[in-house]
Amino acid sequence: MAEINIQDIIKPENLVYKKTRLMTDKTLSYCPGCGHGTAHRLIMEVIEEMGKEHDTIGVAPVGCSVLAYEFMNIDMQEAAHGRAPALATGIKRLWPDKVVFTYQGDGDLAAIGTGETIHACNRGENIVIVFINNGIYGMTGGQMAPTTLVGMKTSTTPYGRDVAQMGNPLKITELVAQLPGTYYVTRQAVHTPAAVRKAKRAIRKAFENQVNKKPGLSFVEVVSNCNSGWKMTPVDANNWMEENMFPFYNLGDIKVDGKLIEK
Amino acid sequence: MGELRLMKGNEALAEAAIRAGVDGYFGYPITPQSEVIEYLTAEKPYERTGMVVLQAESEVASINMLYGAGATGKKAMTSSSSPGISLMQEGISYIAGAEIPVVLVNVVRGGPGLGDIQPSQSDYFQTTKGGGHGDYRLIALAPSSVQEMSDFVPLAFELAFKYRNPAIIVSDGAIGQMMEKVELFEQMPRMTDEEIRAKYKWATNGKLEDGTRRIITSLDLDPYKLEEHNLKLQKKYKEIEENEVRYEKIMCDDAEYIIVAYGLSARISQKAIQLLREKGIKAGLLRPITLWPFPTKQIKELVDSGIKGFLSVEMSAGQMVEDVKLAVNGKVKVEHFGRLGGVVHSPEEVVEALEQKIIGG
Repeated sequence: MAEINIQDIIKPENLVYKKTRLMTDKTLSYCPGCGHGTAHRLIMEVIEEMGKEHDTIGVAPVGCSVLAYEFMNIDMQEAAHGRAPALATGIKRLWPDKVVFTYQGDGDLAAIGTGETIHACNRGENIVIVFINNGIYGMTGGQMAPTTLVGMKTSTTPYGRDVAQMGNPLKITELVAQLPGTYYVTRQAVHTPAAVRKAKRAIRKAFENQVNKKPGLSFVEVVSNCNSGWKMTPVDANNWMEENMFPFYNLGDIKVDGKLIEK
Repeated sequence: MGELRLMKGNEALAEAAIRAGVDGYFGYPITPQSEVIEYLTAEKPYERTGMVVLQAESEVASINMLYGAGATGKKAMTSSSSPGISLMQEGISYIAGAEIPVVLVNVVRGGPGLGDIQPSQSDYFQTTKGGGHGDYRLIALAPSSVQEMSDFVPLAFELAFKYRNPAIIVSDGAIGQMMEKVELFEQMPRMTDEEIRAKYKWATNGKLEDGTRRIITSLDLDPYKLEEHNLKLQKKYKEIEENEVRYEKIMCDDAEYIIVAYGLSARISQKAIQLLREKGIKAGLLRPITLWPFPTKQIKELVDSGIKGFLSVEMSAGQMVEDVKLAVNGKVKVEHFGRLGGVVHSPEEVVEALEQKIIGG
């Protein structure tokens, strides 16, 4: 068999995929198998495709994606834990023609930042919130999140989440969908090619809503895995997510064009 | 001469915010400063200058709205009173770390805790010694009149943008609530978006045309880089200490005793030195206008000129007195006098304190 030189097949006609230039070349700090990198890329692809590179300001959270600004190649601000929707409000109110989004995890958005999340949604700020829900605090070492499932083991629920002691997992996405200030609320995933395509369409819709000044906030939840925190291989984590997370956090649109979807 | 009006301190400050060309005010009501946001919403600054006014859901949200807004290069401002300023400390630390030029206002009330709604000066430590976590400084201006509530707004913005550092106006419940004649300055233009993008290249308002992108953060996981950043901040603070000390000296030239007092206490102490001089005691007043940077050098000079003793007069248990002592460095007597918890001292009490603690003591 003839030896294949890799340089010989790098040709424009063989190009099937190209990284968006709105992702930097910096190596992602996420664990192999994590969904964050895919979610980052989808947002940046949408911004590039919409031609909004020079008009977008992103707000990074505290959590695993605290360094999102190192990977997203646009103007970025790094918020205090949970406060990203307040920063985004401050930016958008003074630059109403710019595109503003926050990127937040479950601890950031649904625990310490619940107040900022609900009020930004309720005021109908014309921004996009991308919410990554993996049911665990990844960065600090796998502690319970507000979205940790009942019975799920984490480093602070070593015997499983007990409702009597630790309360219920919070479906904050369904909660914000009830507020008149949200215009588009959806729940997606990025663990299969089909899910990625759907998630990208949802993110695109959210940003289009903002650019077209639709009345209200667009909120995209991405249910994702945390194979490190869940202590599973990436494949097992994705299977576990399908079997356990999706039945509780149902995928699909919850509110479209300001109207709740009947289920 | 500018337009003359009889106004409350809080109203004068709010009017000054509109006239200074502020782009956005984010605040949460708290006594004794709620007139600021009430005045602003009633005045419809959006129609006058395009200024945005938003009532946030908490002080925590206001300070972070300020962080986001200030980080885009626009002029953003908030105001609150002591318990609300305590809630903002996290955000203030981030803003200082990320070097965002914003203006804060603290109309101080009695503490600790919920305290009361009467005037106090017990937030001196919080203002000048940190408040939030980390090594940082706020440029702190202390108005002692309604006129200065107005004048210090554009000054605070000028200093904040000159050094890319948060500035705070430290007032109190009396200066905020009392009415005095104020000469308003002329309307200053707001900068256009294009002017802001051209002038403040550090600001995050969308990548520049040449592809340059900006990041606003207070995070650096590499301790050596974070040390470098801290050293850069300290260098800036040194520069501010060298160039921006502001103070007022009243009857200090022939004085044997000096009262050091700011804000409302300075007004009261001005009357006290008059009463002392009527009794034949040569007293003078040093009024720090900037609480940080503190007029340390000026106090040292007074010590060298032969001053026999200093009385620090503050409506607190004795906070600024520590800075006076550091400046005097044990060379002459330094004592504190002040009423607490929202009680305002009288000029006669100040006279008595100087006679007993400094002259007689």
